[in-house]
Amino acid sequence: MTDQPVWQPAASQAALKSRAQQLAFVRGFFAQRGVMEVETPVLGRCGVTDVNLDGIPAQVSASGIEGGWLQTSPEYHMKRLLAAGSGPIYQVSKVFRNGERGRRHNPEFSMLEWYWPGFDDRELMAEVSDLVCGWLGCKRPEVLHYRDAVKTWAHVDPFESAERELLRRCEEWLEPEQLAGLGRDGCLDLLMSFAVEPNLGIERPVFITGYPASQASLARVSEHQGHRVAHRFELYIQGIELCNGYWELTDPVEQRRRFEADNQQRRLSGKPEMPIDDAFLAALEQGLPDCAGVALGLDRLLMLKLGVTDISEVLAFPFERA
Amino acid sequence: MASYSTNEFRGGLKVLLDGDPCIILENEFVKPGKGQAFNRVKLRNLMTNRVWERTFKSGESLEAADVIDQDMEYLYTDGEFWHFMKTDGSFEQYPADAKAVGDTVKWLKEQDVYTVTLYNGAPLTVTPPNFVELEVVDTDPGMKGDTAQGGSKPATLSTGAVVNVPLFITIGEVLKVDTRTGEYVSRVKSS
Repeated sequence: MTDQPVWQPAASQAALKSRAQQLAFVRGFFAQRGVMEVETPVLGRCGVTDVNLDGIPAQVSASGIEGGWLQTSPEYHMKRLLAAGSGPIYQVSKVFRNGERGRRHNPEFSMLEWYWPGFDDRELMAEVSDLVCGWLGCKRPEVLHYRDAVKTWAHVDPFESAERELLRRCEEWLEPEQLAGLGRDGCLDLLMSFAVEPNLGIERPVFITGYPASQASLARVSEHQGHRVAHRFELYIQGIELCNGYWELTDPVEQRRRFEADNQQRRLSGKPEMPIDDAFLAALEQGLPDCAGVALGLDRLLMLKLGVTDISEVLAFPFERA
Repeated sequence: MASYSTNEFRGGLKVLLDGDPCIILENEFVKPGKGQAFNRVKLRNLMTNRVWERTFKSGESLEAADVIDQDMEYLYTDGEFWHFMKTDGSFEQYPADAKAVGDTVKWLKEQDVYTVTLYNGAPLTVTPPNFVELEVVDTDPGMKGDTAQGGSKPATLSTGAVVNVPLFITIGEVLKVDTRTGEYVSRVKSS
């Protein structure tokens, strides 16, 4: 099955123009706040260990080094700059995730990522609101706990319901034989995607906070109402997941432990293990300043600006035409 | 037989689900940024025509269904089967049963070409072209000159199909009919 090549862009002229305006708005926003624009490699030596992120390997041959990976996010490189004393920084970059294609996904997409030394998650959420609402002209977001969101729309308690109960809830979407190996977080991801997300940010934008510690990724973890929760936040508008931010983990020992736990999880689910990025860990050992950081999908922000429901409408050349 | 993994799913793909051949109508990829990905898939069961919605975890796969569409000429019926022949010059013939022919039976005209969907080499469904041209074999007498005014009457076509036609249509005329709606489109000028 070969499709005819299409040379024309998928996005309209108006969408391309709005993209240029959005970029100018972003650069103006950060220039005004004294955040420095940086560029880090799109092509890196290492990939990531994240169980649910598949990087795209590159076959580079240079300086006696073979291999390389297209980056899934500029996070590690930007944290190395922070450790070197960069101060607040932002970047607009192309990032790559294998296998991701749908109405809200393209394997290559534009990410805006920024970091503020000295900020915690609350302070950075306020700045995200300034940027997003300044561009979209929307109401300021409300804040909702992950636990309350899941309880309200999926009718289970993400912290206290037994795994058995979560699995039973998932039977609305999956056949019994598909439940094997899904695990607690897999169940929660399914419920989040199908039961919760479509309801988020309809009346006004909403930040989801207080993720289970098992979904902390690179965020620090603390106790909240007797549960271990991650200082992680996501912003949802019209059911669209727009950004993901952390009050960043700075502890190199804990970071290495999480990378190794990822790889163990990868082994269990039959995925290849990923080499751990030692340059990144070395930077953490040197000392990453206390900071908060966030990654925001610029293509999705543009979708919201233009009121379109398919990412192809805002991309000059989505992967099928690329 | 080959199989398709979730990241090969797309509209039009023919797969086996619960033992039945299905065609994927819609495939929605859903994934929280840091979480597990899923595909929400809408499929039409080609045996029952029923539409199913199923969810798959990223990385799961479905077996490919041996389903292909072929142009075939309708030859004749022996009362039990309707016989079709490939148009590729091979003269290969395929008998389709009443279930495969379904409602298409009322549009079947000898020597016309239809789309026959084969499942494991046997006719599963027969689809008529969007438009067919058929002769009127019975209708009330026409009213000359009454071309502008509305009003219609039933007319029986050579295949047995009954369609509503304008009052001026007479027996022996050839009509163009839309098989999707069963509606009269126009008269066909006799050549």
